[in-house]
Amino acid sequence: MIDKQEAKRKNLISLAAVLAFLLLVLALDQIIKPTSKMYMLLTVLQKGSVYALAAVSMNLLNGFTGLFSLGHAGFMLIGAYTYAIFSIPSDARDTVYQYFDAAVRISFPETLGNALGGFGTALGVLLSVLLAGLVAAAFAYLIGLPVLRLKSDYLAIATLGFAEIIRAIFQWKKLGPVTNGSNLLKNFDRCSTFKLELGGATLSLSTFVPVLIATVCITIIVLLVNSTYGRAFKAIRDDEVAAEAMGINLARHKMLAFCTSCFFAGISGATMAMVLSIAQANNFKSAMTYEILLMVVLGGIGSISGSVIGAMLFISASEWWLRGLDSGSFLGITAPTVFRNGFRLVVFSVIIMIVVLFFRKGIMGDRELPEVLAGLRARRAKKPEAKEVQGNE
Amino acid sequence: MSEKMNVLCLDNITMQFGGVVAVDDLSMEVNEGEIVALIGPNGAGKTTAFNTITGVYEPTNGQVSFLGKPVVRNHPQGKMKKQYKGSDAEKFASEPVLNPTPDKLTALGMARTFQNIRLWKTQTVFDNVLIAKHMLRTSNFFTAAFHANRAEEEKQRAEVLELLRIVGLEEEQHEPATSLPYGKQRRLEIARALATKPKLLMLDEPAAGMNPQETAELTAFIGRVRNEFDMTILLIEHHMDLVMDISDRIYVIDFGKLIASGTPEVIQNDQRVIDAYLGVEDDA
Repeated sequence: MIDKQEAKRKNLISLAAVLAFLLLVLALDQIIKPTSKMYMLLTVLQKGSVYALAAVSMNLLNGFTGLFSLGHAGFMLIGAYTYAIFSIPSDARDTVYQYFDAAVRISFPETLGNALGGFGTALGVLLSVLLAGLVAAAFAYLIGLPVLRLKSDYLAIATLGFAEIIRAIFQWKKLGPVTNGSNLLKNFDRCSTFKLELGGATLSLSTFVPVLIATVCITIIVLLVNSTYGRAFKAIRDDEVAAEAMGINLARHKMLAFCTSCFFAGISGATMAMVLSIAQANNFKSAMTYEILLMVVLGGIGSISGSVIGAMLFISASEWWLRGLDSGSFLGITAPTVFRNGFRLVVFSVIIMIVVLFFRKGIMGDRELPEVLAGLRARRAKKPEAKEVQGNE
Repeated sequence: MSEKMNVLCLDNITMQFGGVVAVDDLSMEVNEGEIVALIGPNGAGKTTAFNTITGVYEPTNGQVSFLGKPVVRNHPQGKMKKQYKGSDAEKFASEPVLNPTPDKLTALGMARTFQNIRLWKTQTVFDNVLIAKHMLRTSNFFTAAFHANRAEEEKQRAEVLELLRIVGLEEEQHEPATSLPYGKQRRLEIARALATKPKLLMLDEPAAGMNPQETAELTAFIGRVRNEFDMTILLIEHHMDLVMDISDRIYVIDFGKLIASGTPEVIQNDQRVIDAYLGVEDDA
């Protein structure tokens, strides 16, 4: 069938594009030195991929299943802490837990690294990241049992509340031996230390690793959304009553979507800990959830590529392009009285308002990047034709 | 000669909302291969009866059997025991209460359509039918998520295409479901219900909001569905033309009570039915 070949070709092109992007990131990782002015690009890629994964996982819930949940920061926190706790090496443990007697005395990267060398360390990091996702999903399951009976706004309020409760609990002194109370967790395996020894040369992987994790996870989410379960999720979003009447078990499918979304939120949290090289509960406030929600809305609810673009634009703007607004000079204009701390947020809010006013459905709407590109190509192919007709007349 | 199998059987179904008895002691049955209609004037309790059968409501009393097995049941020991004081209250007293959700009943083979069409609006015609196939999957979450269920997916897609061809929506398969004209949306909803491979198709006012020509087309379509799929059909309807044309048997209810049942000819000449629809003189 022609359709099938066409689909296969498209899949190959997407795969090639993703691989090319990964190679480019790997190359940039080597070329750009920390002293370079362009180093900001790497920072944006690191943070952007963390937020892109968080936004896509939130979109899976809010955009594809129609469950309006605002608990994402809480699940990212669980992921970040799980990763950190299981990756702190034994000799650093007592400095980190300076006021407590550390309860968890295992570090996957260290144990496996000792046994298997460099490869073992990588495996250990991977294991900790997966564990971060699983613990977040387990919490999601427990929280989902009561709250998934709620709908729309009520679900949002309940999940928001749970996220805040989780943050408070993780700072609780009694849990200090595990979570280090309100002190931060540090000294675990982080992005800036990731390196690959290859025949004498050392490859820096500080940007490549978070980008790779995000890419793999987002690819899995794309596959899921296009599977029979993804279609069932969309049916629940469009019409719950019809979905149930067509034999879709609502409770089970909502729980699946919720746990899957939180699994990836947990991984995103773990990656964030890797990028920032610290994990502190106080960073995961509800404001973070709103930021992620903003990325989803900017990119387009129900579009995965939209969420990625939204996250990248958001992080580039707030970390890089608009930075000058806070520090005195912007676009060559030096006006320290206007461009001072906080002005960036003012400009940022205005930009967001403009986007929301003129792109009601976000940048991508509910379409995906390949669709949009195909549409553009079709339009470009049409235009010369129209000119020819005019010429003939 | 063996009798035709009993597909659906209602025993003394009563549905009470507070003091209002919407369905009062309704018993009826649908046999294999039949088209049975449930009719009655506005507010007679048709839709309530329908929702009780499909698991949307939990009956106050009585039992629904499907393919010979009880699937929905309540009785005086159940949740509603204080409300119901009917004479048959003891009949099911020793049996356990059954209150399945609609998806469980669909899994058993009861598929329904809705009075106010409920298609999945953002999905294409093809996907609307394909999603209904989700129920029949054998793959689990992980094999599906990693697309390791290619064979099943291909098979389902082929079945959906075949179904769309039979109902005459093949050409519109890539269009959004809501862009179809009303009559075709209704047809798509029936196709979607058929995609779950039901034993009993339940149509809730399929001709609601249709003009006479569309109704005639729908009548022919329902007849075709019965023949092509050997389907047993229960329909609730207002349009007398449609009901009289295709039904094998008709049940008439008024104020929740069964007032007549039989073939279309019998019903047309039944004085109680005429009274219920046109009103008795001292009522008017």
